[in-house]
Amino acid sequence: MNNLIVWVIGIPLLASLLTIIWPRRANVIALLTALACLLASILLTYQVHAGGPITHALGGWASGLGIALRIDAFSALLLLMAMLVVSAASFYANAYFADPLKQVRFWPLWLMLIVAINSLLLSGDLFNLYVTLELLGLSAVALTALSDNRAALQAAIRYLSIGLLGSLVFLAGVAFIYAGYGTLDLLQLAELARPDALTLVALALLSAGLLIKAALFPMHFWLPAAHASAPAPVSAALSALVVKVSVYILVRLWLDVFDPALSPAATLLLGILGGMAVIWGSWQALLAQRLKLMAAYSTVAQLGYLFLFLPVIVALPAGELRDNAFGALLLLALTHGFAKSALFLGAGVIQQQAGHDRIADLGGTARALPLTTFIIALAGIALVGLPPSGTFLAKWQLIASSIHSQQWWWIPVIAAGTLLATAYLFRVLGHAFGPGDSVGKVVNWGREEIPALTLALFASVILGLGSAGIWDLIVDGRIY
Amino acid sequence: MELFSLLPLFILLSSLLPGLAIFMLKEESHGLRTGLNLFGAIAKLLLVGLLIWGVFHEKLLELRWSLGPGLELVLHADALSVLFVTLSTVLWLVTTIYAIGYLENTPHRSRFFGFFSLCVTATVGLALAGNLFTFVIFYELLTLATYPLVAHKGSPMAVRGARIYLAYTLAGGVLLLIGAVWLQTIAGPIDFVQGGILSGMQELDPWQLRWIFLLLIIGLGVKAALVPLHGWLPQAMVAPAPVSALLHAVAVVKAGAFGIVRVVYDVYGVEFAGSLGLLAFLGAAASITIVYGSVKALSQDNLKRRLAYSTVSQVSYIALGTAIVGPLATIGGVVHLVHQGVMKITLFFAAGNYAETLGVHRVSEMDGIGRRMPGTTLAFTIAALGMIGIPPVAGFVSKWYIGLGAMEAGAGWWVIPVLLTSSLLNAAYFLPIVYRAWFKPMTQAWPEEQPIQGRWEMPAALLWPPLVTASLALLIGVFAAAPYSPLEWATLIASREY
Repeated sequence: MNNLIVWVIGIPLLASLLTIIWPRRANVIALLTALACLLASILLTYQVHAGGPITHALGGWASGLGIALRIDAFSALLLLMAMLVVSAASFYANAYFADPLKQVRFWPLWLMLIVAINSLLLSGDLFNLYVTLELLGLSAVALTALSDNRAALQAAIRYLSIGLLGSLVFLAGVAFIYAGYGTLDLLQLAELARPDALTLVALALLSAGLLIKAALFPMHFWLPAAHASAPAPVSAALSALVVKVSVYILVRLWLDVFDPALSPAATLLLGILGGMAVIWGSWQALLAQRLKLMAAYSTVAQLGYLFLFLPVIVALPAGELRDNAFGALLLLALTHGFAKSALFLGAGVIQQQAGHDRIADLGGTARALPLTTFIIALAGIALVGLPPSGTFLAKWQLIASSIHSQQWWWIPVIAAGTLLATAYLFRVLGHAFGPGDSVGKVVNWGREEIPALTLALFASVILGLGSAGIWDLIVDGRIY
Repeated sequence: MELFSLLPLFILLSSLLPGLAIFMLKEESHGLRTGLNLFGAIAKLLLVGLLIWGVFHEKLLELRWSLGPGLELVLHADALSVLFVTLSTVLWLVTTIYAIGYLENTPHRSRFFGFFSLCVTATVGLALAGNLFTFVIFYELLTLATYPLVAHKGSPMAVRGARIYLAYTLAGGVLLLIGAVWLQTIAGPIDFVQGGILSGMQELDPWQLRWIFLLLIIGLGVKAALVPLHGWLPQAMVAPAPVSALLHAVAVVKAGAFGIVRVVYDVYGVEFAGSLGLLAFLGAAASITIVYGSVKALSQDNLKRRLAYSTVSQVSYIALGTAIVGPLATIGGVVHLVHQGVMKITLFFAAGNYAETLGVHRVSEMDGIGRRMPGTTLAFTIAALGMIGIPPVAGFVSKWYIGLGAMEAGAGWWVIPVLLTSSLLNAAYFLPIVYRAWFKPMTQAWPEEQPIQGRWEMPAALLWPPLVTASLALLIGVFAAAPYSPLEWATLIASREY
């Protein structure tokens, strides 16, 4: 049954070709593919839960020579979240693209994006990570450009050049590692890692490439335009998944592989940048005039929280405290994935109904689109970190871990970020509940609303109440 | 018995599920909505009856659900939670009936009653929270559920009031959260234990405990409207009358006061808190609030604003009773949770009736109103006399016990003057209203009089709730010594805390 790892990459790859051969049935193929991948990711998570991490050597080549695929608790949960988001966004996209020509262009690229995300999460060596990063970047850029207006094309071009720059820097880091260690396999590197100058330079290059792609402040400048101008289902995947997998690689490299080579000062630097991202992103979200732009800036802020965890986790002794903090990092990443994709899909519904997403003109939305308003509120609760969302628990653990590691200075940052997030959420809700009728006709339980509702419920209720499983899984489900 | 221990969960679900169902209803399905509302309220009342029986016989009513390492959702019923649950449930039933009458033929009722049910769910969750973590969760949920109720009218005033409310309460919530996390990192999970979980941990750094106490009390004090954190309360007056009634008597303000009681008795332990010098601080804050609220109430002409400042003052009696070490003061403070609720909800029902029937919003417009609306004014008068502390209405009982408790603890020299000043001020701002209403002749036409329909001064759904709660205020005062009365229950709580 270890072949499941191959399937979650193989199925969408095959489906992508099928949609090109058979464009008229592309949406059916894609929806079935998304559901199949979702099923496979559920089974994989169960396998990791039951039997621990899984390794699969593609074609039977020994690791170091062939392509090694690995899955552990960390990547399994991200994969599961990604497949849920992708499935919901696929159903949404099926209703979103009314123009058949758009559908024909959309589905092959979308399936390619799924291939890239899955193979990235399952890659066990640095060169594969580089290849999948490129694939991910290219399909994301092409999808962004599907909104055929000038702003979207400009954003896509910028996204493309920034992405290529990031990949090149990353590739340079990979070359250094290969020169120094003679292997690119992550598991072997984790055993060999030593704190010498070459490792530090290589790690700096790898990280710089990833930070550009992960849009950490101040390298976030390309993100808001790209995420805000892409078609809504694409924005959802970009914000919830594409930037997050870069953070995933970074966390993997820093905490799992090159842990012994790290200096606390470097993690502290990332933490400080993360803190600035929290404040700056939230502030810009508060000032944003458009709903999707607000959501994009909120992504900048939420990614910042993930980086706050790094200095805290590194300062904690290995064991229970560290596991608690790591579980919270994962929980925050998962919750944000659900919440942000739900928010973008909800914003897409409003944009299609009203023809715009200007926050100041949202009056009457609560009356015309009650379910969508509810979705935005639920997603917002998870973004702010109010109970019963997973973010609330993650922030609780983050504050606790800051106190345990005696880095209390993160607490005011978290508090300020939370209050700013409240302000930008309730600014939108205030307009939505206000008088007005610029939103168009009343919609109840539209078929484009159900996927977003599902994601919002995962973010704000299901993940919050079921989060204990995450800690159970990571305690002995991690590979490194 | 397995099923019996699920009782706290059923009590939550009895308002949560109807609330969620109401959200889905169309605006026109008036009958179904009313049915769901009343079904939920009555089911909750019956379940609470079972709960009282269970707690009295010291059955273990506890549910635990893990959300992660050290984070456990705990629902637990003890004597104190029963007191608050019962208060919320009884007053919710009455307020639901009132709200159905009050909001007849207005828009967005499904939304209103949906959030109304969520608000009560959060309040009951607070009451049943078995540890600080669970308490914080329901405390935040309460904020979220009440915000749309305050903003319900959608007017710029309402939106502004709601925004101020949100800013205050969420900022307070963040401080409470930080305090709670900090406490948990040094002391482990903070279960609510009678006598105080911290009082057994002498090894903790007293200065850290003091700072944490400050954070917790500020976080709770925002909702409890402790001066200077009370600024949102007069602004939140823009809410519809049933919401104001519930906010002041049960849900928000009371949640803060209840939290203070929990923190002092079941987290720190009242004697341990006293030995850390924390109670003097709490007592001073409460005393200042009591006097300040009353002074501000004097100068308000708007009836609801006057009542709002009166709430600021009255709720702090609970904190004052809590700040004095000794069983009698405990009884006084805890029983005031109930007494203030019953009296204040009556006053707000009456104020809503005046506004609804005659368009009267100001004290200066109330001359002769007693003859036009005798039932409402009678209820108002009983509650106002109770607030002043005139026997045999319930308010007298609480003040009496707080006073006795202060004497017993040797704190009479500062508590008695506070009580006397406050009572005089209460009389000074309530008696003129009563006098105008009954004894002054009507001098001008009512601002917006609705024609009388039927036998009574106004629809029965609006008239009966204040009469019922006013009778209740009278009965729990007269029969204070009867079994299962709030006073007897408070005595039970005090005997279990010391």
